[in-house]
Formats: sequence, structure tokens, C-alpha cells
Amino acid sequence: MEVLIIITILFYMLSTAGYIAYLFLQKDYLNRSGYYLLAAGFFCHSAALIYGFVRSGHLPVYTLHETLFMAGWTIAGVFLVFQYKFNVKVLGAYAAPLATIVMLISSQLPREPAQAKNIFNSFWVSFHVIVIFIGEAAFALACGVGLLYLIQEYSIKNKSHGFFFRRLPSLELLDATGYTCIISGFTMLTLGLITGFLYAKLAWGRFWSWDPKEVWSGITWLLYAALLHGRFALGWRGRKAAIMSAIGFAALLFTFLGVNLFLKGHHGEFTRW
Amino acid sequence: MGNSPVGKMVCCPLSVVRCNKQPTTDDRQPATGNRQPATGNRQPATGNRQPTTGNRQPATGNRQLTTDIVLLGFNHKTAPVELRECLAFSQDEIAAALEAFQKDPAVRESVLISTCNRVEILMAANDRLNAATSAKKHISEFKNIQVDQFEDTLYIHEGDAAVRHIFRVASSLDSMVVGEPQILGQLKEAYRTAILKKTSGVILNRLLHKTFSVAKRVRTETGIGDRAVSVSFAAIELGRKIFGVLEGKKVLLVGAGEMAELAVEHLIRNRVGEIFVANRTFERGVELARKFSGKAIRFEEITDCLQQADIVISSTGSPNFVITRKQVKGSMRGRKNRPVFFIDIAVPRDIDPDINRLSNAYVYDIDDLKGVIEENIDDRNREALKGERIIDEAVISFRRWYDSLNVVPTIVALRKKMDDIAEAEIRKTLNSLNHLSEDDGQAIRRMTEAMINKILHDPTLFLKNNGCLKDRSAYLDITRKLFKLDEF
Repeated sequence: MEVLIIITILFYMLSTAGYIAYLFLQKDYLNRSGYYLLAAGFFCHSAALIYGFVRSGHLPVYTLHETLFMAGWTIAGVFLVFQYKFNVKVLGAYAAPLATIVMLISSQLPREPAQAKNIFNSFWVSFHVIVIFIGEAAFALACGVGLLYLIQEYSIKNKSHGFFFRRLPSLELLDATGYTCIISGFTMLTLGLITGFLYAKLAWGRFWSWDPKEVWSGITWLLYAALLHGRFALGWRGRKAAIMSAIGFAALLFTFLGVNLFLKGHHGEFTRW
Repeated sequence: MGNSPVGKMVCCPLSVVRCNKQPTTDDRQPATGNRQPATGNRQPATGNRQPTTGNRQPATGNRQLTTDIVLLGFNHKTAPVELRECLAFSQDEIAAALEAFQKDPAVRESVLISTCNRVEILMAANDRLNAATSAKKHISEFKNIQVDQFEDTLYIHEGDAAVRHIFRVASSLDSMVVGEPQILGQLKEAYRTAILKKTSGVILNRLLHKTFSVAKRVRTETGIGDRAVSVSFAAIELGRKIFGVLEGKKVLLVGAGEMAELAVEHLIRNRVGEIFVANRTFERGVELARKFSGKAIRFEEITDCLQQADIVISSTGSPNFVITRKQVKGSMRGRKNRPVFFIDIAVPRDIDPDINRLSNAYVYDIDDLKGVIEENIDDRNREALKGERIIDEAVISFRRWYDSLNVVPTIVALRKKMDDIAEAEIRKTLNSLNHLSEDDGQAIRRMTEAMINKILHDPTLFLKNNGCLKDRSAYLDITRKLFKLDEF
């Protein structure tokens, strides 16, 4: 297990190095090797995850260490899928370091095995957790793509055709990628919230209990819903959408970590450390 | 230079003259080979590197041992356009020039490249001074122009300098617009003609193949041709940064003008969608629209059209803004904020620069585009430095091959001299020693041969390998003098 984690982190680091070297040197083989290294890391990561799952019999999301471990896995996975589809070349220089950092933090945290609680041991919980994590990874990417969009838009508007102008793809591609990220993230988040409500009904007898996590999830969901509505109805594209996806991600981060660390609630123990 | 650096060069007639001064040389070689079969076989190392050279060289080597690469020409930097026009070769003239070159004893192989920016005569010459002089004479005869009228504009390069020059020309480092891609094609076309006429010789064949690979390396390993250096191409490049692909984007052309029309043509080549043309005089608009198979609209319809058009190119003589911020702001909602790219080529400007502050609207005026071009030219020049390094390497590697070409005849001649001496002495000796049997005679021959092999082993290796790293030709020269190899 320990070895797998170290190998995973090593692969992610190498991939990061490849993508950053690509950013500066613009050699295609660097981009490709970044991708394959990340894929290799993801493979090890999955193996570690499955190993952990088989050994403990539940999804490893009961400590902050485990939660981040899972988050790193979904970031890498979702990035691999999106990169395969859109090939936004510079994006790797955002996603690979992100996955690496998450994994590094995760590996530094204490990891006493969580006492299994039957209450969490249900298909709905696992589903809830996985879709939410995938959604969050998609939103993280959307934020990254949005930042790239803002950089590129700035250089086109201000006619300063420097380092990034040459390296970043077209505005349309960034916008389309960001949009797809948001759509998939939103779908996943919605599914996650629904299963969460259903599970709350089963476990606590009510759908909504004004738990801080619930409230903040609701706020985040509304933010992204507003973004999508703006896009459909009012044509919020480009800059506005990019800024919104960054704001949305900030709210998401707070929901994900901030709520557990600063506020109390029934999700608290997932980030215990 | 304004518009298309590339487009304008297409006009040039491209020409090549290749003359093989001694067409019979190749035919004669096998005979030489037959006369001295042993010589050819005894040089295994030579055979491996340049199998054909080894066999071919002796005949030439005996008559004229040094061949120089000479390049003579002029280009846009040395000659004014009036002169270049006078001196450019058409396809027909090249055929004639080829024949004239064939008759010249000083020239063995030659290639002539003629474009509107340059004429280059590349020669493998037996006598470089005479070759240059006669090349000038031929130009003068063909073009009916006195030698002294164009002599000052000529540059003459020899040896490495000539090789470097042709590499630089092919890699477009010597072009008016550094990095323009056409010159390589022109050179290749020239060489293809030469191949078809079956007149290429060992040296220029090799040189041109090397030239093409060097040019390709420079193009792929540096960014020399990457960035646009004309207004219309710069606009297209920007369009790609905004839209990704231009396919299907709708274009609105306001006004008319060479640069604007050229930009529209480039856009059409990028398969844009519908094209609208607005002109103050509707008839003129209709005419232009027909040219681009687009649709003419009235000037008042521009506002409506802004809801559809993704790329707006404006080039009118209007003293006021033709498209205002208010118009665009109003249209953005209708187009659901899809990005729109304004290219303002007019002076005074047609498009309100404030439009650039609206989101999803991008305005570039002529100065902005020129700024882009300047950056791109700087960029190309920086990349050109990398290209020079690649060329430096290539010149050295060509020189190495070229020298080995000269080593071979020297070694062969040296060997032959030894064999001749040995043969003469053996005959003399055997004549006075009648009591020796046939077998004894053979033994003496074998011994002599072995001695020659051993004696020549080290000098041969020295000349062939990198024992004389710095200046092989100097050692070759000394060898030839020491053994008096040049007397025949």
C-alpha cells in the first residue's frame, strides 16, 4: 500500500515535470509523456484504492487523509478523460501539479484506520461520495480552464502577445472545454445531492436538516445552476463564465474543506485528522 | 512586403540549368576500372563509404585532381529590382544556358536557380577562376548585357562558403522575408529538372540532397516559419486564437481595398462560411460580393448583420467611425455573446476602439496588426540564429564527405604508383634471374605486394581517418607532392 502510494506520487511528480517542461519548451513528446505518466500514476492510484477498499470493505473516505487521497484520484481521472477528449495542451500544467499537491498533503496526514460504522456502509453512500468527488474534480478543471481563458483573453484584448498567448489554445476551445467541465460537474453534483438527500431520509428520517455542509452544498449548487442558466438564457460566455467558474470553485472548496474544518456538522468526521 | 510575402513570389519563373561538363566521363570510368581491377578491389574501406566514387575517381583524378564548389549569384540585397528583372532566366533560356555550360571546359557540373529575388549559379568546377569568369560571360551573352554592368552586384563563394550559402538560401535564412517557405520548393523543382535531364554529378547531387535535408531540419527544429509576417496572415492567426477553427465563421467586409480583400481571400481558403459585403455604393458591393461568392448588403444593414458576422473586416475611406460601440453592444445580446473579431485596416479608423472593451468583442486596428508582425519578425530572426547553428554543423559534415572524396583518388594514385614501380622492378629482376622457377617468381610477387600493403597501410589510414583532423586537404596536398602523383 505504502509503496503504491509512493509510486503514484512519483508518477504524478514526473508528469508535472513533463507538463511544465512542455509549457516552456513546447515539444510535443513532453506533452505526451506528461499524459502517459499521469495515466501510469492513475493506474497505481486505482490499484491502491482498490486494495484499500478490499481490505477495509468500504470506500476510504473516513479521514482527511483518505478523502484527499480520493480527491487526487478523481482529479487525475477526470483530467485524463477531458484531456483525451479536448486536448487542451497547457491544462496539464495545472491539473498534474494539483493532483500531486493533493496527494502530497494526503500522504503527510496521519492515517489511523477509521472504525467502520455500519451507517456509512451502503451503496447509496458510496455512490453519493463517488459522484460528488467526480463532480468536484470536474469543477476543479473548469476553474483551471477558466483561469487559462482569462489569461488568454487578457493577452488578446491588450495585444500583449507574450509567453501565454503563444502557448494557450483558442478562446473558443477553452470556453467549450470549461463549459463541458461545468455541465458534467453539475450533473454529478446534482446526482450526488439527490442521493445525499435520499440517504439522509433513510438514516435520519428527513431530507434536509440545515447542516452546514448541506447549506453550503446548496449554495454551491445554486451558483453553478445560475452559471448554466445564464449561459442558456442570457448567453453568458467567455469571460463572465470563466470568472463564475472560479467563484464557483472557491465556494466548492469551502464546502468541501472549509465547512468541515471551521463549522460543525454531520460530515465532520470525514476530514478528521 | 505588406500583404503576402509568399504569394508574390509565385510569379517567379523558376529555372535550373544543369550541365555536365564531361558527359563521357561516366562512360569512360568502367574501362579504367577494368584496367586496374586490383586497385579497386584492394581498397575495401573506400568501397564501403563511397562505392561508386572509388571506382569513378581514378580517370578524372589522373587528369584533373581538384574540383571546387563555386557559387556565383546576386540577390535582392546586392542587386536592384531593375537589374534582377533583366537578369532573370526563363525556362527556355535555361535550356540554352545548359548547352553553353556543357561546352565550357572549366565547369563540370552546374545548377542554376532563378527566382525574382535571386539568381544563383552553383558549379562544381575544375578551375574556379575560369568557372566564375565564364559564368559571367554566359550571363552577359544570354542577357545581352555588358559584364561590367552587373559585375559589382555579384557575389562569388567558394568551397565551404558556397556550401553555406546554398544551405542558407534553401533554409530561407537569406530570403527577403526570413522563413518564407517557397524557396525550398523552387530549389527542389530545379533539382528535379536536373534529375530528369540526367545531368547531375556526384558532387552537386550530394550537395543538393544535403541542402534539402538541412532546410527541412531548419524548418522543423526552429520556429523560423511559424509566425505570420503579413497583415492579412496576422489577422488570420489572431482569428485562430479567438475562434480555434475559422470554418463556418461568417465574415462581413465593409468597404474595399487590396489588403482587406486579400484577408478575405485567406479566410475563404480557411473555409469560412457566408460572406457579406457592405459598400457605400451598392453596385461596387455587388461586384465584390460576386468575386467572393458572397452576399451584398446595404450600408444601413450593417447593424443587423453584426448579429450574424463573426469576423468583421473594415476598410473604408470614411472620416468617422463606421461601426460604433452602441451598434455592437446592441448586437451582442442577439448573438448570445458569441465572440466577434473586428479587423480595422482603414486609416482613419472605421471601428470604434472602445468596442474592444466590450466583452467577447476584439478589435485590432492596422497598428496593432503591424505590432504583431514586428514581434513575429523579431521572433523569426531569433529562430534564424538557431538555424545558423544547424547550418554550421551541416557545412562541417559536408566538408568531411567532400574531403573523403578527394582522399580516394589520392590513395588510389599512390597505390598505382607503388604497383607500377614494383611491377617494373620485378620484371627487371626476374629477367636477370632465369634459374628461378615459375613458383619462385610468384612468391617474389606476393612478397612485393605484401610489402606495398604494409608500407601503405598507415599512410592510407592516416589520410582516410581523422588523423589529420584540422586540414585534410593540406595533408593530401603534401602527399601528392611527396610522391609526385600529379605528374601525369
